[in-house]
Amino acid sequence: MVSYILRRVLSTLPVMGIVALFVFSLLYIAPGDPAAVIAGDQASPADVERIRQGLGLDRPFLIQFGSWLWHILHGDLGTSIFTNLPVASMIAQRIEPTFSLMAITLVLTILVAVPLGVAAAWKAGTWIDRTIMAFAVFAFSLPVFVVGYVLAYVFALQFEWLPVQGYTPLAAGLWPWLQNLILPALALGSVYIALIARITRASMLEVLQQDYVRTARAKGLGQRNILFVHALKNAAVPIVTVIGIGIALLIGGAVVTESVFAIPGLGRLTIDAILRRDYPVIQGIVLLFSFLYVLVNLMVDVTYTLVDPRIRY
Amino acid sequence: MDRRTVLKGLAGVSSLAVTGGLSMPALSQGAAARTLRFVPQANLANFDPIWGTQYVVRNAAALVWDTLYGLDATLQPQRQMVESEEVSDDGLVWTFRLRPGLKFHDGAPVLSKDVVASLARWSARDPMGLMLKAIQNELTAVDDRTFKWALKAPYPKMLLALGKNSTPCAFIMPERIAQTDPFKQIPEYIGSGPMKFAKGEWVPGAKAVFEKFADYTPRQEKASWLAGGKQMLVDRIEWVVIPDPATAAAALQNGEVDWWESPITDLVPSLKKNRNINVDIADPLGNIGSFRMNHLHPPFNDVKVRRAVLTALSQEDYMRALVGDDTALWKPLPGFFTPDTPLYTEEGGEILKGKRDLAMAKKLLAESGYSGQPVTCVVAQDQPITKAQGDVTADLLKQIGMNVDFVATDWGTVGSRRAQKTPPGQGGWGMFHTWHAGADCISPAAYNAIRANGDKAWFGWPTSEVVEKEVTAWFDAKNLNEEKAAAKRLNKAAMEDVVYAPTGFFLSYTAWRKNVSGIAKGPLPFFWGVSKTA
Repeated sequence: MVSYILRRVLSTLPVMGIVALFVFSLLYIAPGDPAAVIAGDQASPADVERIRQGLGLDRPFLIQFGSWLWHILHGDLGTSIFTNLPVASMIAQRIEPTFSLMAITLVLTILVAVPLGVAAAWKAGTWIDRTIMAFAVFAFSLPVFVVGYVLAYVFALQFEWLPVQGYTPLAAGLWPWLQNLILPALALGSVYIALIARITRASMLEVLQQDYVRTARAKGLGQRNILFVHALKNAAVPIVTVIGIGIALLIGGAVVTESVFAIPGLGRLTIDAILRRDYPVIQGIVLLFSFLYVLVNLMVDVTYTLVDPRIRY
Repeated sequence: MDRRTVLKGLAGVSSLAVTGGLSMPALSQGAAARTLRFVPQANLANFDPIWGTQYVVRNAAALVWDTLYGLDATLQPQRQMVESEEVSDDGLVWTFRLRPGLKFHDGAPVLSKDVVASLARWSARDPMGLMLKAIQNELTAVDDRTFKWALKAPYPKMLLALGKNSTPCAFIMPERIAQTDPFKQIPEYIGSGPMKFAKGEWVPGAKAVFEKFADYTPRQEKASWLAGGKQMLVDRIEWVVIPDPATAAAALQNGEVDWWESPITDLVPSLKKNRNINVDIADPLGNIGSFRMNHLHPPFNDVKVRRAVLTALSQEDYMRALVGDDTALWKPLPGFFTPDTPLYTEEGGEILKGKRDLAMAKKLLAESGYSGQPVTCVVAQDQPITKAQGDVTADLLKQIGMNVDFVATDWGTVGSRRAQKTPPGQGGWGMFHTWHAGADCISPAAYNAIRANGDKAWFGWPTSEVVEKEVTAWFDAKNLNEEKAAAKRLNKAAMEDVVYAPTGFFLSYTAWRKNVSGIAKGPLPFFWGVSKTA
C-alpha cells in the first residue's frame, strides 16, 4: 500500500507539469491583456505598452514560461501582476475560507444524503421513496445561486439568524466561523445531497437484492444491522466514487457560492484573476487545484481498499 | 430561470419584509459605530494611483494620499497641502509653499523634495502633467517647504492640473516611494492623507481597511469635495467587496454594511422602500455614454458613415437600456461636455436632436459608398453599461443596413483589442462602447476622449486640426468667457467630425443606512465629514 501511494504521488508530478504548460499556453493564446486592464479606461495606447513592458509581457512566450517554471521549481509561485503581492501568500490567504466551505458542505452532504438514499432504497416504491427522489430531482435542478438567494432571504433577511455575506476565520471561534458558512454550505450542498442520495439509493437497491442480504434476513438479523452493516458497506464503492468526484466538483461550485455570499475564497480569487488576466495567480491556483484533484483521486482509491477488501493494488 | 429576475424578485420581497417591521439584526447592533463599512463600486485590486488609473484606486487613494490642491464642489481648485503660491508676472515661474506640520503616516515630515519627486512621477502619466513636463524648465525644491516649477511657456491651468480629481491625481508620496518608475507599482502605501492604509488587513478582492491618521491636520475651511478640512469622524473604514448586487443589497438592508456606493438600478426601488435606508443621486456630474468608431479603417474612416450613424442614433434607446424607465436618471446630450457645468454647450449638436432619421442615415450611407463590409462591434458583456449599449448599437446598425460583426467578449479583451490599429479583419476593430465620468468631461483638461490628434489620440485615433486648435485655445484662455467660446467651437467641430458618438448623460444612485450622515454628492465617495451612530 505504501509503495502504491508513493507511486501515485510521484505520478502526479508529470501530470501537474503538463497541466501547467497547458494552462500557461492557453492564457497566452486567449485574447485579453492585463496591461490594458491595469492602465484603466483613460490610458493611452503608449501607456498600455509601457506597462506591458514593465510587467515583462512583451518577452517571448518560451522565455516567460521558462522563467515561470524556474521559479516554480524553486518554490516561488511568482508575484501577482495587479496586487504586487506573492501569489503564494494570496492563495494562503484564501485557502481557509474555501476549504472550510468545502469541508462543511462535504460533512453536511454525507450526513444528509447517505441516510436519505438508504431510506429511499429501503422503502423503494413507497411515498417515502417518491418524496425523497422528488426532492432530489428538485434540488438537483435548481442553480446554486437560486438556492443561495432563497436561503439568504429566509434565514438572513426574514429570520435574521445568520449573516448574508462574509467570512469569519475559525480562530475567531467555532460559532462565528460556522455562522458565515451554514447558508453557503447548504446552497452548495443541495446539488450534491441530491446527487449522492440518488446514487446511494441505486447502489443500495442493487445490493439489497443480493442473496447474502436475503440470507441475512432469513437468519433474523435486524433491519438496521442489514442496512448499515451488511448492505451499505457493499454498496459503498460507487458512493465513495461519486463523493470523490463531488469533492472535485465542489471547487467549481464554490466559485458561484463564494460570489453570492461574498466569501473571500479561492473561487472568487480565480474569477477575479481570470477577468484581469492576472497570469501568475491563475497559474498558481491551477497548480493547486490540479494537486487537489490528484489527491482526491488517490484518497478515493485508498478508500476503495478499505470498504472492499477484494480490491488490491 | 433568469439570474437578474431572481435577484430582483428576492430583493423586492426582502425589502417588504424589512419595511414590514422586522427589527434589525444583532449583527449591526454589535458593530462599532466608529467603523464605517463601505461597499465600493469595484474591487480594489491594486493600490498605486499613478500606475493604475481605475476610479476605484483613485477613490481609495484620496483617503491615504493628499494633494497640493483640491477641486471643490464649484469645480474650482483650492489650496490643500499648499499654504500659498506665487506666479511670476510672465507666468513662467510658479513658487509654492507647503502648509506647516504636514506629516506622512510613517511620522516623517512632508518636504519639498517629496513633492518634487511625486510631481515628476505623476507628470509622466497624466495628460496635463505631460503638457507641463513638455514645457518644463525645472522643478526643484527651494527649501524644505518651498518648491519651484519653472516653465518655458505660461500654463494658466496649473492649479487645476494639481487639484483635479480625474485620474491620475497629483498625489504626494514620500520621495523614496515616488522615485519608483511610473510604469511599475510602488512597494509601500504611505501618504499624508487623513487615513492610513492597513496593508496587513488587505485581502485584495475582498477587503481593504483604512485607519484614522492621528497626526493629520485638516484645513480650517469647511470640506467641499477634495478641498477644505478633511475631518474624519470615524476611526476605521472597511471596504467590503461584494461582487453580487443582490447580496450587497441584502447586506445593506440587514445592517452588515453601512454604505453601498453604486447600487444597480434594478434594486433601487426595493432599497427606497426600506425605512432604514437613504437613496440619492451619487454624483450630479454623472456619466456620458459613448461608442467610438475607428477613424483609421473603413467604413468609419469616412465622416459620412460616422454622421449616418449619428443621424440614426436615439439616445433615449441607449439610456433606457442603461438605466431603465427612471427618467430622473438620464437626459439627452447633444454635445460632449457635462451638463450643468460652465462649459456645457449644444453648439453643433442639432444632429442629435429631434426625431431619428433612418431614411437620411441610409441615404448618407449610400452616398458614402458603403458596400456592406462587416463592422466589427466589440462589446464587453461583463460590464452592464457596455453590454446594454452594445445591444442597442447592433440593432441600430442593422436597421440602417450595416453588416454587423458583433464580438461579445469581456472587458479585458476589449481593453487589449481596442489598442490594435490593424484593420478589423486582422485583429483590429470597428467600434467599441464605453462611458466617461462626467467629472472628466467638464473641460478639455482631462478629457482624452475628445482629443483628435491622430496617433496620439485616444482609441479610434480621430484626426481633426479644428478640434485640436480649439483644445489649445481652451488651455490658453485667460478667463471663463474665452473658455466658453473655445468650448463652443470645440463642441461644434467634434460633432461635425464625430470624434465619438455620445449616447446620453446618465446618473447613478448611492445608498446608505440612516444611521450614517454627512454623505456628500460628488464624483467620488468622500469619507471626511461622514459620521455613524450605533
